[in-house]
Amino acid sequence: MGGLLLAAAANADAGVYVAQNVAFGIIAALMVFSAFRVVTTDNVVHAAFYLVMVLAGAAAQFILLGAEFIAITQVLVYIGAIVVLFLFGIMLTKAPMSGEEKLSRDNWALGALTSVVLLALLGYVLVDGFGKDKLPADLLPTPTAAISDAIFGGYLIPFEVISLLLLAALIGAIVIARRD
Amino acid sequence: MFLNQFLLLAAVLFCIGVYGVISRRNGVMVLMSIELILNSVNINLVAFSAMTGAVSGQVFALFVIAVAAAEVGVGLAIVLAIFRNYRSVDLDDVDLMKG
Repeated sequence: MGGLLLAAAANADAGVYVAQNVAFGIIAALMVFSAFRVVTTDNVVHAAFYLVMVLAGAAAQFILLGAEFIAITQVLVYIGAIVVLFLFGIMLTKAPMSGEEKLSRDNWALGALTSVVLLALLGYVLVDGFGKDKLPADLLPTPTAAISDAIFGGYLIPFEVISLLLLAALIGAIVIARRD
Repeated sequence: MFLNQFLLLAAVLFCIGVYGVISRRNGVMVLMSIELILNSVNINLVAFSAMTGAVSGQVFALFVIAVAAAEVGVGLAIVLAIFRNYRSVDLDDVDLMKG
């Protein structure tokens, strides 16, 4: 799959966007490999660190797409907070560290079949629907001011709802996890 | 750059995440696979935002990141509560409501 993405990147827009396409191909191959290791490795801690690779690769893709603020937020929230939360979860649940216990089900082949069929379907639909679409040639970084204008302008009520959701999740996590 | 290269990358990550959710037994590993799925959605949103020039896609990517943080907090709390009651995070052991 990584090779396919690399080939697609190499063929796209020859001459103009060579550096971006090479960067995209390398990062995409790294992300797909790391994501595959996340779901196949027998060591929980290794899986958490492969997840860091995937999330950092996604941040790099956001920078390629000109979304700097999203990339910074991705690094702050995902790599800084969520992965640390995962490491705490692994530590507190005493999950097997050295792979002496099986982490995957025995009927994993059925799951692989499901996801391969899903990928074929999604790939067909995407190539059929967006096969010719190109990103604009003058892809400038989005100014952070534009994002904040959108959040505190047209998306103010969704933003408040998200704040309330975070508060509810915070209180809910405390209530569920505390000993009583 | 084609729009499709980002969409196909996101589709591959999504399918790997779906495989992880189906095939993993450990509760923490299932949550990690869900993170893969949410992250692939973010790549889609930002790619469409770059394509159309509208900033809405990036705003929704930020919202997805916030929801993912909340989801991981509650999810790990639930896994912790399961571990406290069953002394295991194997999801096959949690069959109290199985008919």
